[in-house]
Amino acid sequence: MDFFDRFAIPHPSPIIYASMVAIGLTVIAIVAGLTYFKKWGYLWREWITTVDHKRIGIMYLLSALLMLFRGGVDALMMRAQTAVPENTLLEAQHYNEIFTTHGVVMIIFMAMAFIIALMNFVVPLQIGARDVAFPRLNNLSFWLYFMGAMLFNLSFVIGGSPSAGWTSYFPLAGNEFSESVGTNYYMLAIQISGIGTLMTGINFIATILKMRAPGMTLMKMPMFTWSALITNLIIVFAFPVLTVALAMGTMDRLFGSNFFTTSDGGMDMLWANLFWVWGHPEVYILILPAFGIYSEIIPTFARRNLYGYKSMVASMVLISLLSFFVWVHHFFTMGQGALVNSIFSISTMAIAVPTGIKIFNWLFTLWKGKIKITVPMLYSLGFLPIFTIGGVTGVMLGMSAADYQYHNTMFLVAHFHLVIIPGVVFAMIAGMTYWWPKMFGFMLNERIGKWTFWFIAGGTCLAFFPMFISGLDGQARRMYTYSEATGFGIWNMLSFIGALGLAAGFILIVYNVYYSTRYASRDIGDDPWDARSLEWATHNPVPEYNFAITPQVNSSEAFWDSKKNGHKLFKGPFKEIHMPNNSGMPFIMSILFFVLGFALVFSLWIVAIISLIGVFACLAHRSFEKDHGYHISVEEIEKTEAERGGAEHENR
Amino acid sequence: MKIKWAMLAAIFTIVTVLTGCEPLAVLNPKGPQAETQADVIWLSIGIMLFIVVAVFAILIYMLVKFRASKQSDDYEPPHIEGNVIVESICVGIPVLIVAFLSIVSVQSNYEVESSPEGYGEKEPLVVYASSSNWKWHFSYPEQNIETVNYLYIPTDRPLEFKLYSYGPITSFWIPQLGGQKYAMSDMVTTLHLAADAPGEYMGRNANFSGKGFAENTFNVKAMPQAEFDEWVDEVNNTADPLTEKEFDQLLEPGHLGQLTFKGTHLTFLPPPSAENGGHNHGSGSADKHTEMSGNSDNESDSGHSDSHSDEEHSDH
Repeated sequence: MDFFDRFAIPHPSPIIYASMVAIGLTVIAIVAGLTYFKKWGYLWREWITTVDHKRIGIMYLLSALLMLFRGGVDALMMRAQTAVPENTLLEAQHYNEIFTTHGVVMIIFMAMAFIIALMNFVVPLQIGARDVAFPRLNNLSFWLYFMGAMLFNLSFVIGGSPSAGWTSYFPLAGNEFSESVGTNYYMLAIQISGIGTLMTGINFIATILKMRAPGMTLMKMPMFTWSALITNLIIVFAFPVLTVALAMGTMDRLFGSNFFTTSDGGMDMLWANLFWVWGHPEVYILILPAFGIYSEIIPTFARRNLYGYKSMVASMVLISLLSFFVWVHHFFTMGQGALVNSIFSISTMAIAVPTGIKIFNWLFTLWKGKIKITVPMLYSLGFLPIFTIGGVTGVMLGMSAADYQYHNTMFLVAHFHLVIIPGVVFAMIAGMTYWWPKMFGFMLNERIGKWTFWFIAGGTCLAFFPMFISGLDGQARRMYTYSEATGFGIWNMLSFIGALGLAAGFILIVYNVYYSTRYASRDIGDDPWDARSLEWATHNPVPEYNFAITPQVNSSEAFWDSKKNGHKLFKGPFKEIHMPNNSGMPFIMSILFFVLGFALVFSLWIVAIISLIGVFACLAHRSFEKDHGYHISVEEIEKTEAERGGAEHENR
Repeated sequence: MKIKWAMLAAIFTIVTVLTGCEPLAVLNPKGPQAETQADVIWLSIGIMLFIVVAVFAILIYMLVKFRASKQSDDYEPPHIEGNVIVESICVGIPVLIVAFLSIVSVQSNYEVESSPEGYGEKEPLVVYASSSNWKWHFSYPEQNIETVNYLYIPTDRPLEFKLYSYGPITSFWIPQLGGQKYAMSDMVTTLHLAADAPGEYMGRNANFSGKGFAENTFNVKAMPQAEFDEWVDEVNNTADPLTEKEFDQLLEPGHLGQLTFKGTHLTFLPPPSAENGGHNHGSGSADKHTEMSGNSDNESDSGHSDSHSDEEHSDH
């Protein structure tokens, strides 16, 4: 029995047991359902092994929504616990686990997956490509991310969750002060998923640089593609730092090395530095695609071209460079002295300048426009004021002398939620609603969508504005409780009510998906928003080859030009199309990674070694495999085009 | 637009609350450092409010003026590239604001990082503040006394806190006297504070350090120098001496009430030595290296040997 003791939860509670039962029942229901409806083969052929960027994008999207739910429940429990002073809903240890997993799940497994979902689906379509540069690598990226996410979530029911904060600062996260396997999960799950992200970065850089449609020079790329390019460049530069930091942390925890320990020459500030050298660029990895999405949506619904295209690009390049020179602002209080703090204070505030340019460019895009308020536009317009408040408080935090007072307080929590929620979450919901008809062939309900927006925007403001005040009154973050005498009670109660509003908003999103799936019209044409970029030039639903004929591009709004100025997008006859084959190898390899990660978490060395050999065997197999893909014949293309195109595409 | 007004109202409320009724701790400074920080905070709130109002105004104008419902059906918006003058203004004004804030930031950095001025020739009182899970130990080497979880300080005299930790990174914070700084296990950091008004203040560890973090607080009492001296005398006459064995017990994880001792732990368990902690980062001679690593060994296995000299630490 001793062997199995390690898998027990160190601090069990009724909530955890209930979740175990719920997870068990869900798994049984899924397996039974798939078997009953005989969908195993379909799932394997059409989804698990797919190399189609659109399907991979949709799988990312579903995973992101799932993780949003998980992270959201964590958030609700945190707010419920702190809603009143000296609450006993959660114990300290449980609360610590919850805010840790909330941070990790939301950043690594929700936000990252969401942006990669939209990049996957949209970028190849926007640049007129048939797929990404390395389709099979793309599938591997997804499965590594997914297995990482599952491994991390497993910690909840087997062995215990990490509890050292999403930043996992050592030495707190080391064996000395975190004895459970929770932090092992943190190190390995993020590592596995991070490898997937790094591959995505390489994949999309290659795709965007090498596979653009003829005529699409760099300065004629749609803004979302620009943002994706820069984001992936940041990924490729930043993620290796995380990989190394996590590897060092893993070695400290599993093999007794002393990189970050309190003794034997370990340095506790080293982890904080490495973490934020990745962590700050990570913030921009999240926010830049969001900027790109707004730059697509605002022109579409203002019926105008994006104002200041060149300065939009320049500001993104500038932000990406500066993002690597500000990491110290996450710990101005580490004692590095006035000179170092001054340098990083200035570089931090400098980021406000390119960000400001972008805000003003969006505002000027509205100028002389013809603004139609749809759900995606509503989120974009809501983003501008809320993000501005979040952004200017960021400048306040950047003033390092004052930061000594904001650091580690609820003021900081308010700031970063008020940039991340309007910046990333609004953008993701907006982008999802905007591209939903391209993904699924019908539109989400506008009326429910607008209600959702007001719940989410109102909830965000109510949940996070009070934190500015309680922070300035001395409430440190990550406190599981506080006494009544502190006077924090009222502000935390308001936050809790705001969190309930957010929860209602997310329930409405789910309801909207259900409602629209059942009742929405399927007859919406290829371009329901009257949009401007190439992804709207192909059919609904998008054929697996995306474009029957590779489009010719003459501006950053090629599709708009073809609609309004008579630009001809598709020239020439159909030709045979070369497509990549599906492959089960990435999935198998990711399973092996999962087993490897799980075995390392619990120091099951033999299992770990066997699965590691398996991973290398998969790599070797791929190196010697000959797979030339397949061809779609002209007749087949004609058939598909006739089915989906209808009369309006005759002129091709 | 409902939300715009709702948010303007929210900002207005925040500002009124900040200025009005009960002063928030950080904005109710009782010492020069906290005052510098509060001034910076107010200044930045003012400037940021200007930016927020400008963005809101432009947004509201655009939304009111250019809604599709207010335009004729056949209106087709023009194609407008960027305009150099407009964009220069959009760059120029933020650059000026950031430049101004940078000057303020650098100035205030040097202010809070140096011993507060205006106290004449008074020598700063040095207090070693070390954290262990989940307590604070305050050692007064000059007075040769040590307290746990409470801090008595004289008013009108610069204070120099030497911070380090027996465990996770913690952050020493007394909001009304000044901002926080980390206490870490392998180096000593310095925080300069001073109290101008007698009174009791809340102090806490602000950096998450595990299970007992929420309760990791301490009480601060500022009093005139004479009263402080009285207290020191009283402690020296009545308190039990702090032994090494007793201190080891104090370090055990858990919570303790307020304790008072004669003597400090600095004599038998010196703080991490040197600016760079227990490490040698390439500076200094080989001798120095040996000495430093020697110290770090002692501190790590927490049993001490007699080989090292601790005079330099206790002679403040």
